[in-house]
Amino acid sequence: MDISGQAKRIMVQALSKMYSSRTQRGGLRLHRSLLLTLVMKSARDIYHSARLVSEKEEQCARLVSTTKDLTQKEESIDTTSTEVSGIPVALCALATRSSEGVQRSKNESDPTVQNARETRVDKENCSPPRPDRHSRKRRGKTATEPDFLPCKKAKMDSGEVRRILHDATLRSNSGNCGREMDTLSTTHMLRTVVTC
Amino acid sequence: MRGAGGGANDVQWCFSQVKGAIDDDVAEADIISTVEFNHSGELLATGDKGGRVVIFQQDTENKSLPQCRSEYNVYSTFQSHEPEFDYLKSLEIEEKINKIRWLPQKNAAQFLLSTNDKTIKLWKISERDKRPEGYNLKEEDGRCRDSTTITTLRVPVFRPMDLMVEASPRRVFANAHTYHINSISVNSDNETYLSADDLRVNLWHLEITDRSFNIVDIKPANMEELTEVITAAEFHPHQCNTFVYSSSKGTIRMCDMRASALCDKHSKLFEEPEDPSNRSFFSEIISSISDVKFSHSGRYMMTRDYLSVKIWDLNMENRPVETYQVHEYLRSKLCSLYENDCIFDKFECCWNGNDSVVMTGSYNNFFRMLERTQRRDITLEASRESSKARQVLKPRRVCAGGKRKKDEISVDSLDFNKKILHTAWHPQENIIAVATTNNLYIFQEKVN
Repeated sequence: MDISGQAKRIMVQALSKMYSSRTQRGGLRLHRSLLLTLVMKSARDIYHSARLVSEKEEQCARLVSTTKDLTQKEESIDTTSTEVSGIPVALCALATRSSEGVQRSKNESDPTVQNARETRVDKENCSPPRPDRHSRKRRGKTATEPDFLPCKKAKMDSGEVRRILHDATLRSNSGNCGREMDTLSTTHMLRTVVTC
Repeated sequence: MRGAGGGANDVQWCFSQVKGAIDDDVAEADIISTVEFNHSGELLATGDKGGRVVIFQQDTENKSLPQCRSEYNVYSTFQSHEPEFDYLKSLEIEEKINKIRWLPQKNAAQFLLSTNDKTIKLWKISERDKRPEGYNLKEEDGRCRDSTTITTLRVPVFRPMDLMVEASPRRVFANAHTYHINSISVNSDNETYLSADDLRVNLWHLEITDRSFNIVDIKPANMEELTEVITAAEFHPHQCNTFVYSSSKGTIRMCDMRASALCDKHSKLFEEPEDPSNRSFFSEIISSISDVKFSHSGRYMMTRDYLSVKIWDLNMENRPVETYQVHEYLRSKLCSLYENDCIFDKFECCWNGNDSVVMTGSYNNFFRMLERTQRRDITLEASRESSKARQVLKPRRVCAGGKRKKDEISVDSLDFNKKILHTAWHPQENIIAVATTNNLYIFQEKVN
């Protein structure tokens, strides 16, 4: 199984284990919940990194084919030749669906380092308002619901979770579109995936 | 001391006894959750998921004969904890006995501490082998005598009776833990003991039940910043001011109670840097320490994580002095073990009487003996098939991959439902107690 598929499977299982532990006798086990959260976090990070790599590769292929068509448009938008973010931003605007991703990529200076971090940052910033923000219950480790899940759902089937994960990934990856296409960044991303 | 140590390879282990039901249909209440010898080794206590404690006593009548094998027979059985309900949190409190610790014997009675997730109890186990007879005002069965029929006076006398073992709760230490208690440890001063839950360690006096002192608190101000929990804690066997606690991150902290009232700041931190080549999705889970035990000498301590046993010299914090792989063949199976929840199993470990051998459990009812001086190890199995009287246990081998040799068992054939989490070693002799799911096996050294 490929890394991203395995990561997704682990995440889904972590979620179901966390849900089922709510009905366990003796109450929620803090240690177990903590370990599941840690596993889910690392699986999530790896999943996003892996998705990033595949998204970048897809966009590389797409951009290569559209570059020729856009030559004239580039000349008009491009501010300076040394500006790193200039060209990719323009291409992003044409290649992506989301505008918030474009804004983020404009602000970043070092795409290679930021890519991995950005994914996580995106996730946190893009998350919907916490379902229990008005709740009077103490929000401990054990009570926190994963932010990309709809609230008040007693049961999650893995199909629904996969769909949500898929949507969330697309939203966050859009900000990294067309970032440095050079070999350095790609290699870095691959390295990240392998060591994890 | 009859061969209290000896290498794992010098000693041949024989089946002695098995306790518990034979049938494969295991009642959940019968699942053994803790095993502990007392300080002399004469008594062996087990706790189960149903909240019961069963104490076995070594038959000492024929101990002087070298040929004789001492047997353990039921001495006392009592219900230690009952299920409770926390109405404020709408939580059920399990009656499962998490730990039993014996107090050193001071008089004729025996004392032990037993704990479930929330409450610790001190039990007195005493023998009664005579009873007073010949009261003036009441009959032998307790009924009052009609005073008008009494014409003479007599002095009641003690007459022998059948041995009766009584267990009575002497102290109940409750309401001190918000999280689930994972350890208790009696101090060498015989006056205090500690109890540890996921985030706190409390110090108690054995005589005082209405208050305890919190000595370690790792709860963060914001629970969402929680990164580690306490998994086990133990007092030093000789230094009454020293204790250690292990964490889910694979670290052990040693604290000195003389330094300050609150021991949040450790005096020593034992941590081994992680091997980056072994990094995986499950690195955090498998590095979590499930048990920590001081050696009898007090010079070393042993920790158990999912795949290994590590022995630490208390004078060296940056790495263990010895590391033993318990079942390295499982490293490539971590994903499946995560799926079936086995990766969360908490294995215990124990030292033999002279600290030369350590023992821990594994799956398929296998248990491992790791001999320290010659770095040799052996895998044995607790099974009904090898349960004939005085049958010598044959070493078992697991085939990790490739061609399976004769007598080897392949990793995929291992039964992960048969796990040995709890083991205990007699403090002086080569007698071990190994708990499978609902049976207690007692093995002894082969006597020629």
